[in-house]
Amino acid sequence: MKLELRSITKRFGSLVANDKISVTVEPGQIHCLLGENGAGKSTLMNVLFGLFQPDEGQILLDDQPVSFAGPGDAMAAGIGMVHQHFMLVPVFTVAENVMLGHEPTRGLGRIDLAEARRQVREVSERFGFEVDPDALVGELPVGIQQRVEIIKALSRKAEILVLDEPTAVLTPQETDELMVIMRQLAASGTSIVFITHKLREVQEVADTITVIRLGKVVGETSPTSSAHELATMMVGRDIGLTVAKNPPTVGKAALSVSGLTMFARSGVRLLDDVSFDVHEGEVLAVAGVQGNGQTELTEALLGLGERVFGSAKLYGKELVGASVRTVLDNGVGYIPEDRTVDGLVAEFSVAENLMLDRSFAGEFVSQHTIKFSKLDEFARSAIAEFDIRTPGPAAPAGKLSGGNQQKVVLARELSRDLKLFVASQPTRGVDVGSVEFIHERIIAVRDSGVPVIIVSTELDEVLELADRIAVMYRGRFIDIVPADTPRSVLGQLMAGVTAA
Amino acid sequence: MSTVMNAANAETELGRVAPPRNWKTPIVLSVLALIVFVAFGIFGDARDVAFSWSSDGDAIMLPDVVVNARVLGWVSGVIMIIVALWSFWLANSRRSTPVWGSMLSGFLFLASLIGLVGAGGRAPVVFLLTGAIALSSPVIFGAIAGIIGERVGVVNVAIEGQLLAGAFTSAFVASLTNNLWAGLVAAMIAGALVSMVLAVFAIRYVVDQVIVGVVLNGLVIGLTNFLYSTVLTKDSQNFNFPGTFDFLPIPFLSDIPVLGPVLFDQRITTYAMFLLIPTAWYFLFRTKWGLRIRSAGEHPLAADTVGINVNRMRFWTVTFAGMIAGFGGAALTLGSSNAFVREMSAGQGFIALATVILGRWNPWLAAVAALLFGFSRNFRIWAGQSGSTIPSDLIAMTPYLVTLIAVAFLVGRAVGPAASGKPYLKS
Ligand SMILES: Nc1ncnc2c1ncn2[C@@H]1O[C@H](COP(=O)(O)OP(=O)(O)OP(=O)(O)O)[C@@H](O)[C@H]1O
Ligand SMILES: [Mg+2]
Repeated sequence: MKLELRSITKRFGSLVANDKISVTVEPGQIHCLLGENGAGKSTLMNVLFGLFQPDEGQILLDDQPVSFAGPGDAMAAGIGMVHQHFMLVPVFTVAENVMLGHEPTRGLGRIDLAEARRQVREVSERFGFEVDPDALVGELPVGIQQRVEIIKALSRKAEILVLDEPTAVLTPQETDELMVIMRQLAASGTSIVFITHKLREVQEVADTITVIRLGKVVGETSPTSSAHELATMMVGRDIGLTVAKNPPTVGKAALSVSGLTMFARSGVRLLDDVSFDVHEGEVLAVAGVQGNGQTELTEALLGLGERVFGSAKLYGKELVGASVRTVLDNGVGYIPEDRTVDGLVAEFSVAENLMLDRSFAGEFVSQHTIKFSKLDEFARSAIAEFDIRTPGPAAPAGKLSGGNQQKVVLARELSRDLKLFVASQPTRGVDVGSVEFIHERIIAVRDSGVPVIIVSTELDEVLELADRIAVMYRGRFIDIVPADTPRSVLGQLMAGVTAA
Repeated sequence: MSTVMNAANAETELGRVAPPRNWKTPIVLSVLALIVFVAFGIFGDARDVAFSWSSDGDAIMLPDVVVNARVLGWVSGVIMIIVALWSFWLANSRRSTPVWGSMLSGFLFLASLIGLVGAGGRAPVVFLLTGAIALSSPVIFGAIAGIIGERVGVVNVAIEGQLLAGAFTSAFVASLTNNLWAGLVAAMIAGALVSMVLAVFAIRYVVDQVIVGVVLNGLVIGLTNFLYSTVLTKDSQNFNFPGTFDFLPIPFLSDIPVLGPVLFDQRITTYAMFLLIPTAWYFLFRTKWGLRIRSAGEHPLAADTVGINVNRMRFWTVTFAGMIAGFGGAALTLGSSNAFVREMSAGQGFIALATVILGRWNPWLAAVAALLFGFSRNFRIWAGQSGSTIPSDLIAMTPYLVTLIAVAFLVGRAVGPAASGKPYLKS
């Protein structure tokens, strides 16, 4: 189906998120939207999907103007969408989430669970995605939730498919599989709008590219453009894409973890006797396929896990069994993998979110009262430094674009005195210009002598930041290897094959 | 390999930390067992108690079973101790105690409690059970209305008002028309109307749902009181004399001893309640509508993005739930007392609200909780009459205590619908 967005304008108060944006997607085309965080990509797609009403402009499907009162109308017209912030019900199983709204039934409205499971398996097999249809979504790591969100959209057989950053937490292999599927769908006539911050993917899969900056289309280009050209067009200035990094000056062991074990309610081992040291001034990157215990490792270190045994000593202080507050007071900075669930309070302002972990004491509080002028000053400088695109420090964090929400979390955690920095998917959804900056900041933290643990599904990020790489498989560290280990060896380790 | 531990119940097995054990169930079971063994057994009442199973005119008469209350306590206590020990053994080998084990213990606890109170006289089992069902009926209707409402995302504090509106309307309309069925239908409409007011204010005008609910309760109490004193009492023969539904004994089944009179010799309103529990459960957890309702109460934005009209869904679901609560109101009049009385719901709507939570938003569990409440009230009535030496207030407390313990420790943990009480607004 041919899709035309004609001169769409969408305002939020005085902010113009989309300023007369026009985009045409021909049937069978893969159309990439590129743009910085807060450029207005998700807003445009939400307008298309009926979640937002445009202030001006028209949507045309096969040259017929249409208007959608809600997502139901858009779906009826053949539009499907993978949302940047997943639209999944945490207490439902994978199968229930996938079928919601188009449930297979067996008379009297009774849900045909076997059929629903079969559909999930069928779609996930086509992808090489391994997903258990009966798993509770809320208990899955974000990488697997992402797969569920994709399966959900694909199970509806849309004629126009919108993919809003579907690859932000996928592994490179999964991304490749997804791109194969996208090409297949396009070949069979589906029009695809694909949003990503990873330029490699754009170059590989796009037919046409539209670049958006500050709510306006700044140009169209073809995938033959180099990554550097694309990045420059997006950001509007020349940027480097890799971080220059000195060799680490490694100090003494700061964090020693030994025998760290964590159990699920069922008694299954989520972490299985994990032991390692992280030294001052080094980055230990944890690589592995999602769902092999990375999430649990960071949660256990933060005191968020239940049924955790073993020990994790930071400069001799035990973190296992300590409360989250004690852990934070010990100087642990933490970027959770899912910012919307664990990183932010969506209803709170950006400024309040920036001080969430310092509400008990510290520079912003005196006598149990928040010092607002101080906070405001800090918030403004953090917003400037981290280039957070927000109407101001008082805007609710939930209204920021995905990448900007991530920057709020990063700004909070990186702006205090750290003794240990633990980050899961630190640059999830952050645009290329900012990734560079954030990587520099993380390296700066390392160079100031702080031990750093990075968990990432993005192998490029792991290779760029790591001084040593630990590979997790089934809750264990199956090996810790030097940073210059070839990708092929890492890939084998992730699949559980040790060099032996 | 060195394994460091800092938790008492972790131990090394082949050098690895073993999964933790869960001691909750065995501990609760042993506490109950000890209470029974010591308080009802060793220090219990040494007189006999006659458990009677039938009343005059039953098709099959069962003889009374006479036992010594203290011996009953003793024996129950010993069995419960064995169950508790078994539960400890299971927990030690990291297995969980089957539900029937806990149920057996709970049953023995109640049996020996009844024995203790009835010592020196009779313990009318059928009366205790039928009374429990009768007293819990309106609560169960209210609880299921509450569960459906919260599942779709609307906190219904107005259950009390809906019960009362249903009770009033059913009595009035049935008296006027001389037709009990018309009264029943009117009660459902009345309940639905109260719900609609709640829904309009909560969904359309985004007023806090709890506040609307509280105001509505006050409104319905005031309105029914006013109409009662100005209209119903003027001519209660014509306006407040609806009659009640007949008992409908089910052939053969109602002749079964004990179970027959308790389950199969009831009024239509009670049968409806029996059917409502599994139906509501099935509807919520097995049908596509149930799935959609729950999605709107958990994550309305996600529901919206798959084409579910959240606010419309909430409106009609809450209205439908109001019909159920209105029906429960009719059970108070047409299903039991034959006339409307001022504020006759007497807080049962609030008990229903409590059982929604105690019952973890599940119709079965809520019904069990409501039955326990009904049993407690009835038990207290009987204990007062039986002339037991134990203060009846103390006795009345125990079933609540058991309920609390059961809910806190034995029922798995559950949280309410995440978006319950939160309006869904689109930008
Ligand atoms: N519901 C809302 N209310 C107010 N402002 C909003 C709302 N949603 C988005 N915005 C603003 O609109 C702008 C565009 O946001 P949008 O989410 O479309 O960005 P994006 O291009 O998808 O960015 P990212 O790459 O970070 O996901 C941002 O400045 C954001 O703060
Ligand atoms: Mg976005």
